[in-house]
Amino acid sequence: MSVSFPDKEKKRVEEIIEHYPQKKAAIGDVLYLAQKQFGHISPEVELYVASLLDLPASYVHQIVTFYTMYLENPVGKHLMLLCNNVSCMLCGAEDMLAKVEKKLGIGPGETTKDNKFTLWTVECLGACEMAPCLMIDDKLYGNLTVEKLDKLLDSVE
Amino acid sequence: MAKVKLITRFFEIEDANLLPIYEANGGYAAARKVVTESWPPDKIFSTVKAANLRGLGGAGFPAGMKWSFVPKDAEGPKYLVVNADESEPGTFKDRHIMLKAPHLLLEGAIIAACSINAEDIYIYVRGEYYQPTQSLERAIEEAEDAGFLGKNIFGSHKNIKVHLHRGAGAYICGEETALLSSLEGFKGWPKLKPPFPAVKGLFSKPTIINNVETLSYVPIVIDKGPEYFAKLGVERNGGARLFGISGHVKKPGVYELSLGTPMRELIFDHAGGVRGDRKLKAVIPGGSSCPVLTADEIDVNLDFDSLAKIGSMLGSGGMIIMDETTDMVKVLLRICRFYAFESCGQCTPCREGTGWMTRIMERVASGEGTSQDLDDLYDVAGMIGGNTICPLGDAASLPVLSFVKKFRAEFEAKVSAAKVPAASGKKSAGEEI
Repeated sequence: MSVSFPDKEKKRVEEIIEHYPQKKAAIGDVLYLAQKQFGHISPEVELYVASLLDLPASYVHQIVTFYTMYLENPVGKHLMLLCNNVSCMLCGAEDMLAKVEKKLGIGPGETTKDNKFTLWTVECLGACEMAPCLMIDDKLYGNLTVEKLDKLLDSVE
Repeated sequence: MAKVKLITRFFEIEDANLLPIYEANGGYAAARKVVTESWPPDKIFSTVKAANLRGLGGAGFPAGMKWSFVPKDAEGPKYLVVNADESEPGTFKDRHIMLKAPHLLLEGAIIAACSINAEDIYIYVRGEYYQPTQSLERAIEEAEDAGFLGKNIFGSHKNIKVHLHRGAGAYICGEETALLSSLEGFKGWPKLKPPFPAVKGLFSKPTIINNVETLSYVPIVIDKGPEYFAKLGVERNGGARLFGISGHVKKPGVYELSLGTPMRELIFDHAGGVRGDRKLKAVIPGGSSCPVLTADEIDVNLDFDSLAKIGSMLGSGGMIIMDETTDMVKVLLRICRFYAFESCGQCTPCREGTGWMTRIMERVASGEGTSQDLDDLYDVAGMIGGNTICPLGDAASLPVLSFVKKFRAEFEAKVSAAKVPAASGKKSAGEEI
């Protein structure tokens, strides 16, 4: 098997497992750890996670595909999650999408040629008081306007 | 009936997310009292019951009563699970609690765990909530260091450990049995009840699942007394809750109001009224699954029973305001797409029905629909509700039924230009959808 965690992550897997009376329950956090380590959850990574938790690889695959936050495919350096649920839509999410499309030349699900941004449109991010909002990686940005979004995109390195 | 500052008090105190500040403002007094005075479970239930504290995740089930369902003679571990998978569109109150008053939640969770003799608390936080998760992580560490969590809490013989569990992006996991499946390492598929989680829940052990906000009111109920809390609200709807208001409103945000406050007061006094001083058109009262209200229906009080009386729900308290410029067809299409995307796929009526409704709505919104489509939409929605394992089916059908019924003219206008189907007789809902 060609993918493997460094020792520190291996220890972390043991710590995660300790939180639960059943090993299987650790799968969520172990997948996050794997995603951080390997960039995305490839079939190879699924096999590796399966071996760590004594599960069939098909089981791991089912979990990876059920939840939206596990990345089955590589994404750009920054993953942008643009909310387009009701409150954000009422407050201009469509204009934000149009701005991103125009400025970066990518639509939902696409990655820029320089591999800097991947854009996803997503369901409610739980920040409706800041509509329209988006996340870039693990950071939330709200009360966007076309101008603010323009500056924000410029400021991301 | 008005604005109160019970939970929001901590939002206004600088650094109240930190243990020393939280404690200096009366924090952990309630949990300390319950633990060091060894309150028996019955005393905790009856206090919370007397306060009429309702479940604030959406269903409104009386909190104290829920706890009392755990069988007293059950052997082995019992669990308290905190539902922090806040995903109902329009809802964001729990995010504020976890960011600004994480210790209030932990304190409430400690008390609830004492009431069912649980030694392990799992907090299931939605995956997108990075900052709230960090805030909780820090709070847990502080509370452990202070001896409020871990072994021999508050110097007693009680042990309580808090485990944080991150979700990974699935609306369905806000439903309690789906949440438990997810927490156990499965797909977030809901389960049939009974058995109820209180009897057979997480890892097949007795489990109570409470929303973040519900638990955050528990220390306040103990501190101030159940009578004080109950009196703030109205009959059977004790105390207050956090209302989140968003959409076409001047001051979107979180407002803590006593239950029974008029909806008009929240929209026009606290939230400043409709953006641009436009006319109000519609209100979704408590998250996108609640039946929509027209502007003529907003003279209602914000409590579970009053909203139920007019055929809607108080739900999660996440209110979405729509002004006169809003295209209701477009909003309903958006809602339909959401439920179709989030349906877990387990029950046929929901899995297929949400897709049908979305496809019909796409046709209607694009001006290609027929009046038959509206009838079909109504039929399909009627066949989902009540026919699924979990309430997502109802959540998907209620907006459709209410939007089409209350804004029928707007939907008719979209289809009137389109051709009426040539076929005679009524199509069954499954055909050509």
